[in-house]
Amino acid sequence: MMANMVTALNNALDQIMAENKDVVILGEDVGKDGGVFRVTDGLFDKYGRDRVLDTPLAESSIAGVSIGMAASGLRPIAEMQFAGFMLLAFSQIVNHAARFRARTRGGYTLPMVIRTPVSGGVRTLEHHSDSPEALYSHIGGLVVVEPSNPYDAKGLMIAASHSDDPVIFLEPTKLYRLFKQEVPEDMYEVQLSKANVMKEGDELTIVTWGTMVNVVNNVVAKKKNVSAEVIDLRTINPLDEETILKSVEKTGRVMIVHEASMSFGPGAEIAARIAEKEIFHLSAPVVRVAAPSLPYPFPGYEQYYVPNELRVSKAIDKIMSE
Amino acid sequence: MKDVYDGTVRYMQILDENGNMDESLRPKEITDVKLVELYKAMSFARALDAKALSLQRQGRAVTYAPILGEEATQIGTAAAMRPNDVFVPNFRQHGVYLYRKASLESIMLYWRGYEESLKDIKSINAFPVAVPVSTQMPHAAGAAYAQKYKKTGNAVIAYVGDGGTSEGDFYESINFAGVLKLPLVTIIENNQWAISVPREWQSAAQTLAQKAIAAGIPGIQVDGNDVVAVYAATRDSVIGAKDGPSVVECITYRMSMHTTADDPEKYRPDSLVEAWKPKDPLLRVRTYLARKGLWDDKKESAMSEEHLSIIDEAVARAEEFKPDPRSMFENVYSTMPQVLKDEEEEAVAEGFWQGEVSK
Ligand SMILES: Cc1ncc(C[n+]2csc(CCOP(=O)(O)OP(=O)(O)O)c2C)c(N)n1
Ligand SMILES: [Mg+2]
Repeated sequence: MMANMVTALNNALDQIMAENKDVVILGEDVGKDGGVFRVTDGLFDKYGRDRVLDTPLAESSIAGVSIGMAASGLRPIAEMQFAGFMLLAFSQIVNHAARFRARTRGGYTLPMVIRTPVSGGVRTLEHHSDSPEALYSHIGGLVVVEPSNPYDAKGLMIAASHSDDPVIFLEPTKLYRLFKQEVPEDMYEVQLSKANVMKEGDELTIVTWGTMVNVVNNVVAKKKNVSAEVIDLRTINPLDEETILKSVEKTGRVMIVHEASMSFGPGAEIAARIAEKEIFHLSAPVVRVAAPSLPYPFPGYEQYYVPNELRVSKAIDKIMSE
Repeated sequence: MKDVYDGTVRYMQILDENGNMDESLRPKEITDVKLVELYKAMSFARALDAKALSLQRQGRAVTYAPILGEEATQIGTAAAMRPNDVFVPNFRQHGVYLYRKASLESIMLYWRGYEESLKDIKSINAFPVAVPVSTQMPHAAGAAYAQKYKKTGNAVIAYVGDGGTSEGDFYESINFAGVLKLPLVTIIENNQWAISVPREWQSAAQTLAQKAIAAGIPGIQVDGNDVVAVYAATRDSVIGAKDGPSVVECITYRMSMHTTADDPEKYRPDSLVEAWKPKDPLLRVRTYLARKGLWDDKKESAMSEEHLSIIDEAVARAEEFKPDPRSMFENVYSTMPQVLKDEEEEAVAEGFWQGEVSK
């Protein structure tokens, strides 16, 4: 079927619900409304209020309740309406979800998914555009996933639903309806913690994910004189270091492009690993392209904040000239 | 066994939906002349609401959260505040901002998506818009603590929606204020919906005002479409704030969409909205004033014209605003760190904010 990311996720959730009746969906407005982006559309009518639960407006309890459910034989898939509001659940996620397994030495597992829309570029109000992948990756114990296209979204969601570890599933709002793609009708998994080499090349490695994948691909398509290898991480944590390092060994140049802000961002982690393990293969310093080191601005300013094609292009010129 | 606590919640209405006034409950400062003023303020809020909605539909505002139907709750509570009282909103109190004399442009500028919209609100003793639901409530408790500590005699009036009363921050702040007897007045703007989730799905409690009981503070429920009752209850709370906090639950109805990004047809039959039309907060005041010979169609149309021209002028000014991307970098810290200086400089030098991709 041809599907955009919303349809692909909706289809995945439907199949996941049909496959296992221990799966419940919970969150704000996930019922009749189908979620503010319609990702759970139709599921309330199909599976009923016991399995598609409009919760009271309280994110900490959405996360905490999911933990209790997951520790008691259910497989909850929670929706946080926006990444900014998921921060109200941060304590539950960090203090409990991330360490339930480790604290009980595997006695308990938490098969749960928390989905949330992330990143900007669609002129939403403040707090609706954050890119929090570093926050959740920093903790350890959480799988942090972020698809960049409908095919991966469906396959990663199904893989997440089968995972026995808590998965933070980040969905870029900008990509929800940006384009359609052929997506298999049947259930399939896209392996967690496995990056996707989208385009092969031998002069430059570009590591990216989420909203920046299209931006990078557009620029690379225009720069016919540079042979760039584009890696879409898909899972931020645990990181697929092997795919990155292998590519860097081949190209000797690496750029990391993410929408999250620069300082202490995920690019720093990737750059550090490359520096530790591949520094003698590098023929130019690592380059990061990211939003400035400040909180996401109001929508009137976002065009000046989110890295654009021009920035990526200039960064490629720079690294290729070294 | 014995009873250890016995709580009740009272409901107040003064001006009913047919325009009949219960004179025994009417505050004496709400004269007929004052009522005309409140009517005009509610009408102005409604006119601005309609304008903002249409601007958003034309792509001239980013998003907008309508207040249609909630004017009495907003203007009634605003009118009960004293100039030095502190106003702590969520994201829907444009009517209160207006009554507090926030500039119209700044309100428009917020919904057009610029931080500059919030630059001057401190001068009217207002806190900035708070989008994360209920997160403003602990700020309000803190502001109330500061009033008490500094013996200002001012109250803090904070707003939260029906949905917002489900958040921990709501309970925690009324609880904190109760323990410390802070001058905090919490207005629950109960418009009966939190996007698609109806009031009954937020809480099994029969009223939201009764949440005050658990915090050990008084709570009252009022007809939130009755500007006189809203005023009276808020005024009592504001005056009583010197002895401690209280909660006023205003029962109103969200007649429009949650925001312009929402489609209520997905979850709410029109019949529910229709049933609330006769309870309109403006209609009943107008009926009352007309009966007293204080209002008529001529006055109404003169007022509308005046409001529209004021609004159009403010919109034009707001639309003249030109953002300067450097302001993003220069207002993050009180002293700009080197990292931000470097990032700003690079953006300017490299022309990141405009231009084409080179081949
Ligand atoms: C913490 C948080 N969670 C979710 C949201 C998304 N959201 C915005 S308004 C809203 C409903 C709020 O309902 P209520 O408190 O009744 O206020 P109303 O919008 O009806 O005025 C939701 C869920 C948010 N802004 N903040
Ligand atoms: Mg509400």
